[in-house]
Amino acid sequence: MQTTITGRAYVLGDNVDTDQIIPAQYLTYNPAIPAEYKMFGKYALSSVPPAQAGLPKGHVLFHTKDEFVSDYQIIVAGKNFGCGSSREHAPIALDAAGIKCVIAEFYARIFFRNSVNGGYIIPFETADRLCEQICTGDELTVDVESGTLTNVTTKESWKLKPLGEVAPIIDAGGIFAYAKKVGMLKV
Amino acid sequence: MPAMTMTEKILAKHADKASVTPGDNIWVDADILMTHDVCGPGTIGVFKQHFGNDAKVWDREKVVIVPDHYIFTQDKMANRNVDVLRQFVAEQKLPYYYDVGTDKYKGVCHIALPEEGHTRPGEVLFGTDSHTCTAGAFGEFATGIGNTDAGFVMGTGKLWVKVPPTMRFVFHGELPSYLMAKDLILAVIGDIGCDGATYKAMEFDGDGVFALNIEERMTLCNMVIEAGGKNGVIAPDKLTLDYVNARNKSKKPYQVVTTDAGAKFCFEKVYDVRKLEPIIAKPHSPDNKATVSEVKGTKLDRAYIGSCTGGKMTDFRAAARILKGRSVKIDTFVVPATSEIAAGLKCESINGQTLEQIFLSAGAKIGEPSCAACLGGPSDTFGRLNAPISCISTTNRNFPGRMGHKEAKVFLASPLTVAASALTGAISDPRDCLQ
Ligand code: SF4
Repeated sequence: MQTTITGRAYVLGDNVDTDQIIPAQYLTYNPAIPAEYKMFGKYALSSVPPAQAGLPKGHVLFHTKDEFVSDYQIIVAGKNFGCGSSREHAPIALDAAGIKCVIAEFYARIFFRNSVNGGYIIPFETADRLCEQICTGDELTVDVESGTLTNVTTKESWKLKPLGEVAPIIDAGGIFAYAKKVGMLKV
Repeated sequence: MPAMTMTEKILAKHADKASVTPGDNIWVDADILMTHDVCGPGTIGVFKQHFGNDAKVWDREKVVIVPDHYIFTQDKMANRNVDVLRQFVAEQKLPYYYDVGTDKYKGVCHIALPEEGHTRPGEVLFGTDSHTCTAGAFGEFATGIGNTDAGFVMGTGKLWVKVPPTMRFVFHGELPSYLMAKDLILAVIGDIGCDGATYKAMEFDGDGVFALNIEERMTLCNMVIEAGGKNGVIAPDKLTLDYVNARNKSKKPYQVVTTDAGAKFCFEKVYDVRKLEPIIAKPHSPDNKATVSEVKGTKLDRAYIGSCTGGKMTDFRAAARILKGRSVKIDTFVVPATSEIAAGLKCESINGQTLEQIFLSAGAKIGEPSCAACLGGPSDTFGRLNAPISCISTTNRNFPGRMGHKEAKVFLASPLTVAASALTGAISDPRDCLQ
């Protein structure tokens, strides 16, 4: 597991659902094919309503139309991030766009599982409503071990919730690696 | 042994444990793994990557593949995905594959599963689709998972699950003729919010639930995911067992599991269904609840009756009650969930007119059984919202962009309310036009 994650913040609100993260029309790409995996990055967050995109101002592009990877590496959001469909294409889209972790108040269950079990991004939870305290573009650093988030731009810092029972899976890099480690899987 | 809920008992049994407590992380055995054309190719990719190109699935009898999402389209990628499924099914010699273009074609997976006898009380069903929770209506633990989890199950037959605490929703009273299960579940979601059941099981109970037919019970369980629920569940009764036994072709034995007296619920809410009104979810969230009377008269451009939520025989029967002998004022799309239901529209009739005739003479268009515009899809999808218009729909989600255009407005309602609104071109109350 990476011990520190640094990058610029892209801030979103509450209930960002998987249709906003990756719209259904792009689900025809097959994530098992590397050239198509990239395409999910291109369309990541493309259905977020413009006023909600890149808070607090909104109307901030996640990336331009032709880019596969975003200039932002960390998503900060409110409640119930990733609600809606079970599509694993959602954490895949964020991973393909270069996102390393999401910091939200809490997650929809399937999105959380997919992020952890697929080893795409780290879904951190926070007790603070950071989507109203951090601005899109702020430089952030996350110390993964201690669960500390620092806003380098404003010099503020917060304690994130411990990863708890999923820490070993995240640490191993996903459910397959974890299952091998604990002897559940012998391939 | 401590008293447990149905969900806890089913999970304990599948983890080979005498008991479990909410919050426990356990490895459970799967009875059925279902996947479809959208998540199947990714799942197969994960399976092959980790278990090898020539690996075999853990149990051929337990993997069910149902192409249903992007079926009737010219989109090359979508068609290619169905080819990926076909090839895998041939390699693995999977007996339960419902291929498009054949007699076996079914349509929407969540309705195909019970129709084809893949849902049984007491079982554990994993599916690569969030509405897999629909099958909780048969008294089983059914939940949606992603490709990685599904690839894991495909190879091992197991998955780790965190035991959810159970919320209990009790419905009392006989449902008035203007209400449907859709109104009940929209009321629940509106009350607890679209994160109200996150990481939790939702059990439905009470005489009001057991008075519902099987399809209506499926509608209740179908939308638990819209409240963030991990699974929805209803105890099996005679109606359930009759349905299951008539369809359980493999005659696979199963065990009925019910909640113990004294089991702990983390939340309980009681509804008197006689006091409820027709409910609608306004754009852009299923918990954006209003009574139909509050939003009556809101102008609409389109009506849509279909999906795993609102595209079953009971849904069409209800819509036909209102549309019979009348004409719709706005574009109205009718999409049966499965081929069995499509056949039903042709043979079931009200006063000598088949449901199909009723819809066609009212001016509605009828599509092929599939998910169709419920989730947008390729631009040539039947009924897709390709412009920022307003649509009233019997489907389950109205997030921005869900049915196509990201500025389109989608109102979710029961088939009765949708049919009533199709007649006037504005949100209308079924109480005003039930015949
Ligand atoms: S009908 Fe809609 S909700 Fe149901 S499986 Fe298809 S896309 Fe999903």
